[in-house]
Amino acid sequence: MSKRIEVKDLNVYYGKFKAVEDATMVIEPRAVTAFIGPSGCGKSTFLRTLNRMHEVIPGAYVEGKVLLDGADLYGADVDPVLVRRQVGMVFQRPNPFPTMSIGDNVIAGMRLNNKRLGKAEADAIIESSLRGANLWEEVKNRLDKPGSSLSGGQQQRLCIARAIAMQPDVLLMDEPCSALDPISTLAIEDLIQQLKESYTIVIVTHNMQQAARVSDTTAFFNIAGTGSPGRLIEVGPTEKIFSTPDDQATEDYITGRFG
Amino acid sequence: MTDTTTAPPVATGPTVPPPQRPKRRLGDVIFSRLSSGSGFLILIILAAVAAFLLVQAFPALVSSPEVLKTKGYGEFWSWVLPFAFGTVWSSLWALILAVPVSIGIALFITHYAPRRLARTLGYIIDLLAAVPSVVFGLWGTMTLAPATQPVYQWLNTYLGFIPLFGGEASGTGRTLLTAAIVLAVMILPIITSLCREVFLQTPRLHEEAALALGATRWETIKLAVLPYGRAGTVAAVMLGLGRALGETMAVAMVLSGNQVINFRLLTSDNPNTVAAMIAQNFPEASGIRINELIAAGLVLFVITLIINSIARLIISRYSEFSGAN
Repeated sequence: MSKRIEVKDLNVYYGKFKAVEDATMVIEPRAVTAFIGPSGCGKSTFLRTLNRMHEVIPGAYVEGKVLLDGADLYGADVDPVLVRRQVGMVFQRPNPFPTMSIGDNVIAGMRLNNKRLGKAEADAIIESSLRGANLWEEVKNRLDKPGSSLSGGQQQRLCIARAIAMQPDVLLMDEPCSALDPISTLAIEDLIQQLKESYTIVIVTHNMQQAARVSDTTAFFNIAGTGSPGRLIEVGPTEKIFSTPDDQATEDYITGRFG
Repeated sequence: MTDTTTAPPVATGPTVPPPQRPKRRLGDVIFSRLSSGSGFLILIILAAVAAFLLVQAFPALVSSPEVLKTKGYGEFWSWVLPFAFGTVWSSLWALILAVPVSIGIALFITHYAPRRLARTLGYIIDLLAAVPSVVFGLWGTMTLAPATQPVYQWLNTYLGFIPLFGGEASGTGRTLLTAAIVLAVMILPIITSLCREVFLQTPRLHEEAALALGATRWETIKLAVLPYGRAGTVAAVMLGLGRALGETMAVAMVLSGNQVINFRLLTSDNPNTVAAMIAQNFPEASGIRINELIAAGLVLFVITLIINSIARLIISRYSEFSGAN
């Protein structure tokens, strides 16, 4: 289920603009890795290269390697569609499909993979995924209601349920709590702690307390100035990054002396 | 004002301060009057048209079949029914032909075509909407009908066992199907450009949600774009249908219509449409005949109203899941 990601000498371009330069790191399985850094430093872009979602933007491409348990995601014969079925993603703002019920939202991805999903099988996946996302008790009596009838925090957990229904190897989270209130944020953070038992989790966050609370490893990205590419400055155990980072820029950012 | 709360109210004075009216600014007043005036204007125009139709149609609707018969037209309802049928039947086929193509073009423009091609294509589609219907009528009779006649002949010979293609194929090609094709070409631009706008409105977030689940481009369209645009697509189709139902000139030129109910698409014995029939007969009409034609217009009005109400119903049935909430 859970796989190790190795990134080697990765450059990300949007057309001629180099967004991320020369990133190399290892993301461990069954752990939470947090990406922190100022806005525009390329951490979201970098996250998206881990399931090839950056390719949605015209002109975006990468150089370098991303290995998922040794298999290159950017190999010549690799289908990005299949990569995304292995590497799930949760977005900044909750985005359940508004035209689908809660239940259908959970199995939306499964329906793409397996057209002949039986009713019993579907119900089982819906329940286990919603339980996995700590949402089952709140919605079990209204699975046929639209996903948009839930609160923001519930919608975000629904999106997590939708992602884990696919049984991905990796779960990417792009600022999953930035649109949520503190209580919903706490619910998601608790959930992340449970999910890391079975998944490789990568989370981008602007909230440094959140990174300190939920992650095992922290990567700090920085940017020299507008127009210059983002760089991976430092990766390390979260405790070390937040107490005795190697790089001065990291320390400045974490202590708030920066930006 | 603050000391009124502490001092006891004066017995003779008003105990409740007069409600503060928000200051009305001139610009606001003018704008709100203008916009609500426009809103009422459309209601008044619609009411005036409806009243005209009702009042003018009334004599024909109440006069006995005998009176109408003496004029040689027969009883009203049995007289108008074939034309109503022709209107709905030709428009239905126009929709069947135009809707898939329109949605296809709109999806191509919004999701498949390179940006420059998409823009050019958009202009061309809008240009198509600017062609006057009489030109489409000319094109239909002079080019399309002769060009499609061999195809009709072929369909009739080999697929004639299907009732739709049965009967004797028209020798001129001026069939109901030709009229439907011309109508389809005419309603294509409006459906396409509305659908294009609707599909462009799909939130990027929903499309990314589908992509992140490992959806292909087509699956993304199925999961996110089409469901989100459902209400808008229905509205676009209804606008196209409205145009097809009311189209007069092109149908009148292409179709040599009769007063028949005939489901066959390829024969020369075609039902005329209400609008074309009115246009063809109005110049020589007089007396109760005029009322009769206007009553036919009323029937067309009611048909359009019913179809639009059905569309509204369809849209509202899905409103809970529309994505607007």
